[in-house]
Amino acid sequence: MGLMTLLLAFTFVLTACGGGATPTTGGTTSSAAPSAAPSTAASTAPSAAPSTVASAAPSTAASAAPSTAAGGSATRTTAPATTTSAAGGTSSTATRAVATATRTGSATAVGTAGSANATPNTSINITGPFSGEANTLNGAGATFPQVLYSKWFDEYSKVTNVKVNYQGTGSGAGKNAIRDQTVDFAGSDSPMSDAELAAAQAKCGDTIQHIPTTLGAIVVSYNLPNVSQKLKMDGDVIAGIFLEQIKKWNDPKIAALNPGVNLPNEDIITVHRSDSSGTTDNFTSYLTAVSQAWANGPKSGSTVQWPGGIGASGNPGVANEIKNNPYAIGYVELAFAKQNNLSYADVKNSAGQFVTANAASVTAAGQSAAERAPADLRFKLVNAPGAQSYPITAITWILVCPKQTDQAKAVALTRMLWWATHSGQQFAEGLDYSPLPPAIVVRAEAFINNITVNGQKAFPGR
Amino acid sequence: MAVQTARRAEKLPGGRVNLAGRGSALGDRAFQGIAFAFAASILVLIVTIFVVLFVDARVALAQEGLRFITGQVWNPNESIFGALPYIYGTIFTSLIGLLIATPIAVGASLYIVEYAPNWLRAPISFIVELLAVIPSVIYGFWGLAVLAPFLRDRVERPLKAALGDVPVLNALVEGPARGRDMFVAGVILSIMILPTIMSVAREVISTVPGTQREGMLALGATKWEMIKGAVLPYARGGIVGAAILGLGRAIGETMAVTMLIGNSSTKISWSLLTPGYTMASAIANQFADANSAVHFSAIIGVAVVLLFVTGAVNLVARLIVSRFGGDTRATGI
Amino acid sequence: MQGQMTAPSIPGARPRLSLEASDGQARRRKIVNGIMTTLIGAAALLGVSILGIILGYIIVKGAPALNLDFFTKAPPALGEAGGGVAPAIRGSLLIVGLASLVGIPVGLGAGIYLAEFGRGRFADTVRFIADLMTGLPSIAIGAVAWALLVKRGIGTYNAIAGSVALAIIMIPIITRTTEEILKLVPNNLREASLALGTPRWKTIVSVVLPVARSGILTGVILSVARVSGETAPLLLTVLGNSFASNNLRGPMAALPLEIYQYATKSPFADSFTKAWGASLVLIIIIGLLSLSVRLAARLGGPQARR
Repeated sequence: MGLMTLLLAFTFVLTACGGGATPTTGGTTSSAAPSAAPSTAASTAPSAAPSTVASAAPSTAASAAPSTAAGGSATRTTAPATTTSAAGGTSSTATRAVATATRTGSATAVGTAGSANATPNTSINITGPFSGEANTLNGAGATFPQVLYSKWFDEYSKVTNVKVNYQGTGSGAGKNAIRDQTVDFAGSDSPMSDAELAAAQAKCGDTIQHIPTTLGAIVVSYNLPNVSQKLKMDGDVIAGIFLEQIKKWNDPKIAALNPGVNLPNEDIITVHRSDSSGTTDNFTSYLTAVSQAWANGPKSGSTVQWPGGIGASGNPGVANEIKNNPYAIGYVELAFAKQNNLSYADVKNSAGQFVTANAASVTAAGQSAAERAPADLRFKLVNAPGAQSYPITAITWILVCPKQTDQAKAVALTRMLWWATHSGQQFAEGLDYSPLPPAIVVRAEAFINNITVNGQKAFPGR
Repeated sequence: MAVQTARRAEKLPGGRVNLAGRGSALGDRAFQGIAFAFAASILVLIVTIFVVLFVDARVALAQEGLRFITGQVWNPNESIFGALPYIYGTIFTSLIGLLIATPIAVGASLYIVEYAPNWLRAPISFIVELLAVIPSVIYGFWGLAVLAPFLRDRVERPLKAALGDVPVLNALVEGPARGRDMFVAGVILSIMILPTIMSVAREVISTVPGTQREGMLALGATKWEMIKGAVLPYARGGIVGAAILGLGRAIGETMAVTMLIGNSSTKISWSLLTPGYTMASAIANQFADANSAVHFSAIIGVAVVLLFVTGAVNLVARLIVSRFGGDTRATGI
Repeated sequence: MQGQMTAPSIPGARPRLSLEASDGQARRRKIVNGIMTTLIGAAALLGVSILGIILGYIIVKGAPALNLDFFTKAPPALGEAGGGVAPAIRGSLLIVGLASLVGIPVGLGAGIYLAEFGRGRFADTVRFIADLMTGLPSIAIGAVAWALLVKRGIGTYNAIAGSVALAIIMIPIITRTTEEILKLVPNNLREASLALGTPRWKTIVSVVLPVARSGILTGVILSVARVSGETAPLLLTVLGNSFASNNLRGPMAALPLEIYQYATKSPFADSFTKAWGASLVLIIIIGLLSLSVRLAARLGGPQARR
């Protein structure tokens, strides 16, 4: 009986789906799209706009070599899109000091990938569906940016009807998935090693591209029920705790940094990642940089040999454990700590300052990103110089194969990437991430424009 | 039950005699052929499972040899794969589960068979066996939300306070009480294997002949003495089989254990408070993560070991149970 | 079974009680008896109450999560309130439905073969292997499905691989229960039918199977209920999906996965509520399936033994 019902339900669902699937694919740039899109684009523009100048003169802005293609395709931009970007451009003034500072500097080209002073192309805006693009994309990987990605793809499905399914399986699993091409794109905040890139050549046929999407802070978050003051920690203390050499909360080393705080005489419960994780990679890279004991011990990597503690899966898993276990401590992206009201420590940076993780201190750390970044953008931001820089800052990427084979998927993928690196940036600060430095966005543009499908440029330019 | 065996006995000889005319031979052969194909597909499946796993596990097994099951270091970064900590975690948690579940299962079975009024027997059996229907992931979640905090605050902390300074025994409670450890995983396993053990134990106990009991009671024994003297010795073999059957289930259990065991240390420690791994939880955690061919192969190697261990344990359990008059079919569910 | 009963010796049945016990001894015996009786009762009570406690939590904590949105909406962006598990419910129906389409016929066919034709070494081997397979860890089966259908085969994370894994779990269960049920069908029914000149296949289809109908159905439904809650194989194969999807060749959401996600991978305020809600939905689905077993059993005929 139950079986009959089940089978009936099964057939019903199948038929219902079969019928429902068609209209979504049919959606084009016409009717519904413009009405939905401009509102979001307009509201988003002010905070997003890494460049106000560019919107006024797109073609000049795109004078840097890799951006020419994008500039050229800008002519194809639909009318509503152009008006929106213009509106956004005019209404937005240079709100962020960092962006302005970078733009006003002298134009010095770094490497071959782009110029540090180039401004992102704001004339291309993804504002609605595109005829012939796939209506689903599947991605998996990093949980570090998951709060942002989750918001992005929720918004993006409203803008374009493209359903981008992103599962937070951890950066390691993401890198494997893009190697095996079991997903359309992967998320990772641990750059692929040369060996990993070589292994991924087999299925992709080219070198996997690292397209940066956002910056974030990895915070040392803790659960101390009766402590209201914000703790201060330095590299040695953090390393000591995670090496389980500092076992109690009232250890003199913690107390020395936190005079006046009534630290409990309780066992410290460390929480770390059980999966292969880019967050772990950045966190341990930081510890390796600042602590000799750590450098001689577990070293850095996506997985390390932890001396003990609870292993949890993903940033959300670690945050979950911290939240549910008094006296626990772990490392998570700022968004997971802040949005769950978890406490997190101020961390001493390379300039000797105790810095609170927030959008400003992450942006400060990211300021040097463009100068330090190699051509393929595989780099880490930990222990960045600058008095205002938060020391455990990380950049995260979407990994894609630049040689696509499915036309519809390739169009959808490149459009999604363009949206994410442009319109999508506006959501970063509200969710406790930091937008990409404009110079990095320019270089991401080049990567996106270089994605091909069956030999042709994949990005349609709108 | 006697009737059933008798039927089985007389059915087989009479089984395939074809009394029908020649005309239907084709239909019969076709029908039998199809049924045969389905039956054969089970063999194909098991062969496929083993071949696929062996092919993928080959690299790591070749690299590590016997060290794969005796090695205590599992370090993917240095490509060293000794699965002993996982095997140890599996055995440790399963034994905890068994130690807790078996007495309760036997007690409940005794109650059902020896004490409960007739009308209560079926409902009690039914309710306990319903535990087998609850999915593993729900046990894991309930464990996470309810059981683990309870055990951490009400059992682990007091236990640590009590045993912390006792020599030898303090090894059992080394490390902070986290609520994510071997002990919590063992307790959730004990709940999950309770119905398995109980249904078989009840079956075995109910096969103890009434004359045994009456004899004891007639000698003036109390009810407990009767149980101790007549029922338990008679059912002992079957109860051991039931426990091993439970062990088989505990060893392969994945989700609930993964959610509660802590997935961390690969130290081999006697502490109940060790956040560790079982073979199954190691597979669940590292399956998608393994980024070198050897690491992936090693994870599949763990699956191969797990397959052999569960196979062997189930086999032994079934042999024992069937020898002592129990019924293992109920545990398929 | 009964046959074996008299076979083993009765090792412990040697009464060694002293019947001329002193008063003190008698009292001690009585006390021991009382203690043990209490313990035995307590064990039964504990066994029964565990289910009550677990179900109680699921119902009390899960019920507030249930509303129309929960059944009709997709999950919201991480950290946002509202939304539901509609994609997961649909995904579970699709995945389990497809698994049933494959697993039920194969399981039934194999069970019929074993009961009606199964003699000799081949049948014994199949029987043995099917028994063994019911005990295989589901995660190992998931790994095989991943290797065959995700890494190779289809090439992406996909729902079919999950269904295949679930079908592999179902098949041995259905095979063994079907065989056991068919063995309970009185042989004289078969003989009578065959004597009338009915072909053997027709005898099985129109005489044996109808008699065993409710029992077979019980086994089938129980296997469906069992795989409805399977998580580990799905974790490796179907990946999960935050949107509703009907593409069997792509990632799909499923209820057990959703529970796992909300329980362990979401620290946000209402995630536990959602996990309780999803647990309740899953328990209701499994409960309805199990309940229909009871109803099926009432239809009469030989029945599955639980």
